[in-house]
Amino acid sequence: MDRNSNDYRIIVIGAGHAGCEAGLVCARLGMKTAMFCTDIDSVAMMPCNPSIGGTGKGHLVRELDALGGEMGLNIDKTFIQSKMLNTSKGPAVHSLRAQADKEKYHQEMLKTIRAQENLDLIEDEVTELVLVENTEVSGSKAGRCIAGVRTASGKEYCCDEVVICTGTFLAGKIFIGDDVRISGPSGLRPATRLGENLRELGFPIRRFKTGTPARMHKDTLNYDVMTEQLGDEKIVPFSFMNEDKEYDIDQISCWLSYTNETTHKIILDNIEKSAMYSGNIVGVGPRYCPSIEDKVSRFKDRKRHQLFVEPEGLDTDLMYIQGMSSSLPEDVQHAFYATIPGLEHAEILSPAYAIEYDCVDPLSLKPSLESKLVDGLFCAGQFNGSSGYEEAASQGLIAGINAVCRLTGKEPLVLRRDQAYIGVLIDDLVTKGTNEPYRIMTSRAEYRLLLRQDNADRRLTAIGYEYGSVTEERYQRYLAKKARVDAEAARLRAKRVDIDAFRAFLTKHEVDKVLAACAGDPEKTAQLERKRNEIKETSNQCFADILKRPGIFYDDLADIDDETRPSLTENEKTEVEVMLKYDGYIRKQVSEVEKLRSLEDKKLSESLDYNSIGGLRLEARQKLSNIRPRTVGQASRISGVSPADINVLLVYLEKEMRYDHKI
Amino acid sequence: MAYTIAAISTAPGEGGIGIVRVSGPESKSLMKRLMLCCPENIEPRHAYFGKVVRDSSDACAEVIDEAVFLFMKGPASYTGEDMLEIQGHGSNVSLRQILSAVLSSGLSDVRMADPGEFTKLAFLNGKMDLSQAEAVIDIIKAKTDISLGIAEDQRAGRLSQTIREIRGTLLDVLAQMAVDIDYPDEDYELDDAAAYTELIDQIRWVKTGVDDLLATVSIGRIAREGVRAVIAGKPNAGKSSLMNAILGEGRVIVTDVPGTTRDTVEESASLGGVPIVLVDTAGLRESDDIVEKIGIERTEQAIAGADLIILVLDGSRELDEEDNQVLSFVEKMNSNNILVVINKEDLGQTVTEATVLERLPGVRIISTSLVGRDAVEAARKISDAVGEMFDLGGINVRETNIVTNERHVHLLRKASADLEESAAMLQNGEPIEVAELSAHYAYEALGAIIGEEVGEEILNTVFSKFCLGK
Repeated sequence: MDRNSNDYRIIVIGAGHAGCEAGLVCARLGMKTAMFCTDIDSVAMMPCNPSIGGTGKGHLVRELDALGGEMGLNIDKTFIQSKMLNTSKGPAVHSLRAQADKEKYHQEMLKTIRAQENLDLIEDEVTELVLVENTEVSGSKAGRCIAGVRTASGKEYCCDEVVICTGTFLAGKIFIGDDVRISGPSGLRPATRLGENLRELGFPIRRFKTGTPARMHKDTLNYDVMTEQLGDEKIVPFSFMNEDKEYDIDQISCWLSYTNETTHKIILDNIEKSAMYSGNIVGVGPRYCPSIEDKVSRFKDRKRHQLFVEPEGLDTDLMYIQGMSSSLPEDVQHAFYATIPGLEHAEILSPAYAIEYDCVDPLSLKPSLESKLVDGLFCAGQFNGSSGYEEAASQGLIAGINAVCRLTGKEPLVLRRDQAYIGVLIDDLVTKGTNEPYRIMTSRAEYRLLLRQDNADRRLTAIGYEYGSVTEERYQRYLAKKARVDAEAARLRAKRVDIDAFRAFLTKHEVDKVLAACAGDPEKTAQLERKRNEIKETSNQCFADILKRPGIFYDDLADIDDETRPSLTENEKTEVEVMLKYDGYIRKQVSEVEKLRSLEDKKLSESLDYNSIGGLRLEARQKLSNIRPRTVGQASRISGVSPADINVLLVYLEKEMRYDHKI
Repeated sequence: MAYTIAAISTAPGEGGIGIVRVSGPESKSLMKRLMLCCPENIEPRHAYFGKVVRDSSDACAEVIDEAVFLFMKGPASYTGEDMLEIQGHGSNVSLRQILSAVLSSGLSDVRMADPGEFTKLAFLNGKMDLSQAEAVIDIIKAKTDISLGIAEDQRAGRLSQTIREIRGTLLDVLAQMAVDIDYPDEDYELDDAAAYTELIDQIRWVKTGVDDLLATVSIGRIAREGVRAVIAGKPNAGKSSLMNAILGEGRVIVTDVPGTTRDTVEESASLGGVPIVLVDTAGLRESDDIVEKIGIERTEQAIAGADLIILVLDGSRELDEEDNQVLSFVEKMNSNNILVVINKEDLGQTVTEATVLERLPGVRIISTSLVGRDAVEAARKISDAVGEMFDLGGINVRETNIVTNERHVHLLRKASADLEESAAMLQNGEPIEVAELSAHYAYEALGAIIGEEVGEEILNTVFSKFCLGK
């Protein structure tokens, strides 16, 4: 292909949540970039639930934001309800979730993309990758690399790299009962030819499935019989850049209702009509997001299942019925939805459906998200077997940054599992693979106490700055915040008050405050009396240690603080509090991380011939040859590679190292 | 490597000598701590002979053994790190005590070595020649195969079955906690005190299972090494007569170990089908004041380390000052482990069973006479009593849930402590995601006993037990 005015350095296929992050970051890092989509309406579209964040996912958005991503900023502009989840638990698992105005979310992102220098948005379907034999001898193996793409309109575009973010559009197929249609999500046009092209090029492509519930007309629901779910009074934004902003918006409500045994009977009576049960769907669905027919048939002893009714925006009639996805025929859907309190007379504007799509086996990717099969081809989002807007956006940003790194000759950005949920997400995908659409969960992170949403900027902003995805303005603000937080933590570690004031403070918080709650209970009252006496004997502590006591918070210390306290934002106070309160646990986790760090530091060459290493078991040889881990640490997480195999690898490395030294 | 590892390096079983081996940065500090009167400047590769104690800075520390201490400065050692070898007497008891002294030294990051770990360190630290590399891999493989073999044996046995059951219950607890943390919107949230109390109870219940296994540790030792029995009592109460009577009755006298390193006499016998190591503290107090003082301490220590105390009283005289002193040691012990013999019945009884029970409620008492023909009858009574007190009921160590392996004991203790921590955290109102971590560590420790890694099973349980999702 001759180079012409159509040339781009990087082409991003798809403009969903992964595509937007990838396109924006490539352009921001100075690369001439094009984003392709089959339909402008698909830009940052939310084809399923109308919310961003939640447990684990909220952490991802904060991390994305700390690295200079767009999702946090965009949801802060367009949310219509905000809620901090898990506040009854510890700060490590507090998770922010916001209901989005879907249309506004799309429009705002579109605006940002159109305003972005170096970035073109092109409405055309990419049908083919153009590859050339790699003439450069990079490493030892000669392979193929990206030269450009061809589109449905017959055009050819040259480029150095491609980022694939096709989401559920790739060979999308929608199922409603026995009604099967070739379609992308929300009835948009799917990408039909690229999947075939990828199969021909030898990519390990498979079929995954997901589903979405019906949308109903908001004026046809009876809200009196459902339970109202309000947003939080105090609104916390997602983005670090909005930390000091006051939000004063009228939040909308969501509504809670339940299925009943009549609902379940209708579903079970018609179960064979479901596309999932008729055998029409070959794709694998996610266990954490089962359809209502799945729930009813698998959990027969449950008399009811809950569902949430959520508005899709301010200027729309659509209400999303969370918890009730299905692939039953429309008439059956009508019948069972109508049994639910509040939905008796609901008008269904669009029925629930299941969607099947092509995606790649992520074991064929490097930790940088570059394909192992074609140089210069990066992959992100649902195409990699994940599910969820936040998971997609996270991968999009990392794939974009690494596409740029490859062009500039910089080491790729690979976040470790102890650095970010994003690191956990990508490491799980490319090391363990997945047999169902992958969703992040806090229980997947072994260093949960370190990966909090309150310290996402501390963990990642300096890294983003180094890679250029974080602006100077954000970096300076981050440094200033970090300095304030560290100074206050240091002050509290040194600060003491006189013993009488301290004892009075403890008596107030640990005895007087709880006294009312146990009036009349002689056992508890006696306990408190003992506590009162204990406090009389207590010796003095620094403020940091006082904060470690359960039930004592940063703001409480103001009572006994005789110095001028620095003025900190809520987020900064939280960070100081968590840093000191959980100091012991955090240290424990840090020492766990350090124990395993030596394995993470031991690099494995990409061209290592595992068949030549004596002592490796056959299964380990095959797995290691296939996955090609970057470090011994990554190798140790591959299922089928035993600790004995790792020992063999370590010995081999030692041998190699000595050999190198001798030469 | 930042941590220090330790293990018994000689084959299990009776041997002339046995070696506890230590590798890592704390090796030298451990030598100073464990060797009584250790010289300030330890010369590497020199054999130092001395007494082994738990803590040399403790003036009254009990002597565990006498041993040769050998310190090797890295990299001139097998592993390439600082190393310490403690070469003691080859008895299981003393080697385990030395190892336990090392592990519980309080120095940071000292832990049990994994199978083959010394060898692994040696390779990693470049102690092996290039030409040996292939052989090295084979050795590692062999080691691992052995450990695999051990794991296989356990898999077939009842211990792994029990651990699997305990882990199964713990898995449910972990899944419940994971759902609570990851799905706050679903119906499963632990949102009231009752739900938390139930969760705490479940964790404690799991801990009871672990503790029950730990409780078998002493049974396991008894089955293999015998009941450690101490004969206590003031001079002339009849201790030596008792010892002779028992030894005369003893059906199997396995060995005869004169107390060369301790001022006590040990004899092996079998009483009522129970293997016994008899420790006679006779003669300890028949000397001048200073020695007597040491004698009292030794008696006290011997009593503290005993599985069975046979307290001999002279029944013909009122209890005196000396009796009271012995009684005050014995009182501290569990009454199930005490057998009181009121001697000299033939001379008329002044000390009654009631008097003894007043001081030692619930103890088993035999009134007898240890002279002449009566001694045979006395020995039989004692034998029967011991047989009942330590009813091993023909326990077959190989088929019963008896924990004998030091590594298992270590992991079970860790699991028990982690579970306790988890429950206590929930009780004190600390966050569930912190308490969950401790429970998770316990799950890993239990898994390590049966050679199972933690994989996806928690998430699998979450999805199979709880109905979740949109």
